[in-house]
Amino acid sequence: MTLRRSMLFIPGSNAAMISTAFVFKPDSVMFDLEDAVSLREKDAARLLVYHTLKSSLYDGIERVVRINPLSTPYGKDDLEAAVRGGADVIRLPKTETADDVKELETCVEELERKCGREVGSTLLMAAIESASGVINSVAIATASKRLMGIAVAGFDYVVDMQTERGDGSELFYARCAVLHAARAAKIDAFDVVYSDINNEEGFLKEVDVIKRLGFNGKSLINPRQIELLHNAYAPTQEDVDYANRVVAAAEKAETEGLGVIALNGKMIDAPIVDSAKRVLSRAQASGVRR
Amino acid sequence: MQIIQEALAGTLESSDLFVRVSPSEGPLELILNSEVQHQFGDQIRKVAQETFAKLGVSEGATVIIEDKGALDCVIEARLEAALLRAAGDKSVEWETLS
Amino acid sequence: MDKNNHSAPGRSKTVAEPELFQGFAAKIPYLADPVAKLDRKLVDTVQEAVRRVGLKDGMTISFHHAYREGDKVINMVVQILADMGFKDLTLASSSLVSANAPLIEHIKNGVIRKIYTSGMRGKLADAISHGLMDEPITVHSHGGRCALIETGEINIDVAFIGVSACDAYGNANGFSGRSRCGSLGYAMVDAYFAKNVIMLTEEIVAYPNAPASIRQDQVDWIVQVDEVGDPAKISVGAARATTNPRELLIARLSAEVMEHGGYFKDGFSMQTGTGGSSTATVRFLEDRMRHLDIKAQWALGGQTGGMVDLHNKGLIGTLLDTQSFDAVAARSLESSPNHVEISAHYYASPMSKGAVVDRLDMVILSALEIDLDFNVNVLTGSDGVMRGASGGHCDTAAGAKLSIVAAPLIRSRIPTVVKNVTTRVTPGETVGVLVTDHGIAVNPNRSDVEERLRAANLPVRTMEELYQRAISITGEPKPIEFLDKVVGVVRYRDGTVIDTVRQVAK
Repeated sequence: MTLRRSMLFIPGSNAAMISTAFVFKPDSVMFDLEDAVSLREKDAARLLVYHTLKSSLYDGIERVVRINPLSTPYGKDDLEAAVRGGADVIRLPKTETADDVKELETCVEELERKCGREVGSTLLMAAIESASGVINSVAIATASKRLMGIAVAGFDYVVDMQTERGDGSELFYARCAVLHAARAAKIDAFDVVYSDINNEEGFLKEVDVIKRLGFNGKSLINPRQIELLHNAYAPTQEDVDYANRVVAAAEKAETEGLGVIALNGKMIDAPIVDSAKRVLSRAQASGVRR
Repeated sequence: MQIIQEALAGTLESSDLFVRVSPSEGPLELILNSEVQHQFGDQIRKVAQETFAKLGVSEGATVIIEDKGALDCVIEARLEAALLRAAGDKSVEWETLS
Repeated sequence: MDKNNHSAPGRSKTVAEPELFQGFAAKIPYLADPVAKLDRKLVDTVQEAVRRVGLKDGMTISFHHAYREGDKVINMVVQILADMGFKDLTLASSSLVSANAPLIEHIKNGVIRKIYTSGMRGKLADAISHGLMDEPITVHSHGGRCALIETGEINIDVAFIGVSACDAYGNANGFSGRSRCGSLGYAMVDAYFAKNVIMLTEEIVAYPNAPASIRQDQVDWIVQVDEVGDPAKISVGAARATTNPRELLIARLSAEVMEHGGYFKDGFSMQTGTGGSSTATVRFLEDRMRHLDIKAQWALGGQTGGMVDLHNKGLIGTLLDTQSFDAVAARSLESSPNHVEISAHYYASPMSKGAVVDRLDMVILSALEIDLDFNVNVLTGSDGVMRGASGGHCDTAAGAKLSIVAAPLIRSRIPTVVKNVTTRVTPGETVGVLVTDHGIAVNPNRSDVEERLRAANLPVRTMEELYQRAISITGEPKPIEFLDKVVGVVRYRDGTVIDTVRQVAK
């Protein structure tokens, strides 16, 4: 299972950030060609992201590229740069319908054939940023086999809802709806960015909420938030001890050919074993919570 | 590729470079100022020459680079951006860039 | 320790036949003059003081650098000496900074012929690196300077000591007056060892000005001047905790190395340096100290507001202070009985009867370069030009139980980890751990520490791995070209020559 707790935004035009951000070891980076890049820098940012993808700077980190919507004059060129560059994932902004995803999938497949990349090797994710996107999230989440996840993007969404960012209640329905769509489709779900970078307490409070809801992780705009997020997602020592016992019991059941897994006289079923494995992979990635 | 107009790309921030391309008579001229000239001047020139070759620019241009310690991938990207802009070329031929 | 030749006139060298008594003031005439008795040290101008001490061509003058970039004394005094026609002087300042660029002219004109300093920056350093001087400068550490003075290689004829305020007898500290630099730790050494002491002060205050860091029995002449320094320029933005994510990453890792390196126990001692990154390290460390209920017995430095904060919260018992890096530290030196001013000799001299560095548990240090053998360069930049200072680097590295060097692996395109350092200032055998944003390397001579850091799941790599990582990102840098001429000699703290700096090829 791929850990996707942290997805760090990097403006596609920012050479300094591109040249250093890999040291923060987020689970994924998202090179942004959309909102973070001004119209007159779209061409240069595209080239910068392309050459960064071709370099080995981000080896070991999942590389996502947020392209401009395909309906804009930039979307197709962005996509070509990303696919040819070797991006792991294309992030589609402002996804409204399942057709948006299908159109993207068609374009990606065409490009993969054109540049000799293995067909299907480019994954997709869809960002949902409007009321209609939220309404359609179930259809969006199942629109393509390439979709690895869907994300709530808060900024445009709250504008569309005629409200503003506050304590999180304004995102209540969107979070729940997108998360359910992702879980039903068995793909990952990502929460919004938290933009008040100096407010650690507020950030951690929000992380606590979305972790409880069940999100895989969060989009981040500042590298300082990575460590905080990873630590919040790290299991406690008790969690790890229990998970180890569960996995040991499962292995024992397997080797002894038992149909039933038991721990301390209680029966354990498969979802608990899966959950234990998730706990251990988080612990392996960033240790035990402090 | 022919250079038909003056164009700029990049910035003067650390880890970036600023490129100015202008049309000129005669052979291609490269002027390089770099913060890391001593250690990486040769390497930067090499990346620049490879980029010129890739885009088929061999004459009729002056290229000025102000480098602030950029990595090779940044240098390539900024040079290409400046040259494509200077050629008035809106569409990138990705095949030639790899 | 009696070098004050004019204030101790009764001691004759020819002791065979003592003279007969001829009145209480016969040998000490100022006692008969009620004005001179109290004000005899006050002179109107620096020129007059210089004439009275009998400065001659070829002699050695000294300065302290407690005001760092805000210092006004060095440039002013050397200009006066130039105007008075002095030549071939040896300048022995505890350190030099960018603001000392005017010295270039005085070197060209032959006023200054030799320089001893902990370091140099800016235009002066650039000019000297390009061969400005006939004789190479000598670069020493803070402790090493004291040793060179004590062995007589630096033989200070006249120490010019700038202070914010003193009384009419020359009692001075760093926290009275309006331009407070805090600790006078460097100047205390010069006052102790110099043959003559000229004090430059902004203000004459009521007697006695106590406590006295520089004492009346050390001071020959006092000159009032408009300004001696601007304390606001002591640390140019260095003391505030950084918000730079990469510096924070290094700071967090440094704190974890301190926590798990084996010396984080109640009653420990530390020195943490002064940059924004080390201020952040202290903040992370505070968290661990509270969590594990561990307090530091004392901390050494280079003190900053960050350390004072921990001191005030009861997390550090005593602050030992050679140099106060901000106004908060200077104020604390005045107000806290456990914030103690110490001289550079007490701090770090290998020839002192007791140097604090020898008792240190942990120190955090910086590096411009560190090589595969853990040798550290804090003096020359990647272009071979001097732009730093030896400071207390090799002193604390040698003394501390665990010395930790913290630096980014790459600065713009320049790798910090190199095959061989351009200039060796601190020998690798005294460096325990390197902390970078790409992981940690532990000196093979500290396998005990490596074991503990690995057990704590910290990202331990080999130095070779860090080097390869750096090169894979930046490419291999071309070696810098040097000419044969030696422009600087780097002395280890014990006085031995550890490296030389050669003129850079233009």
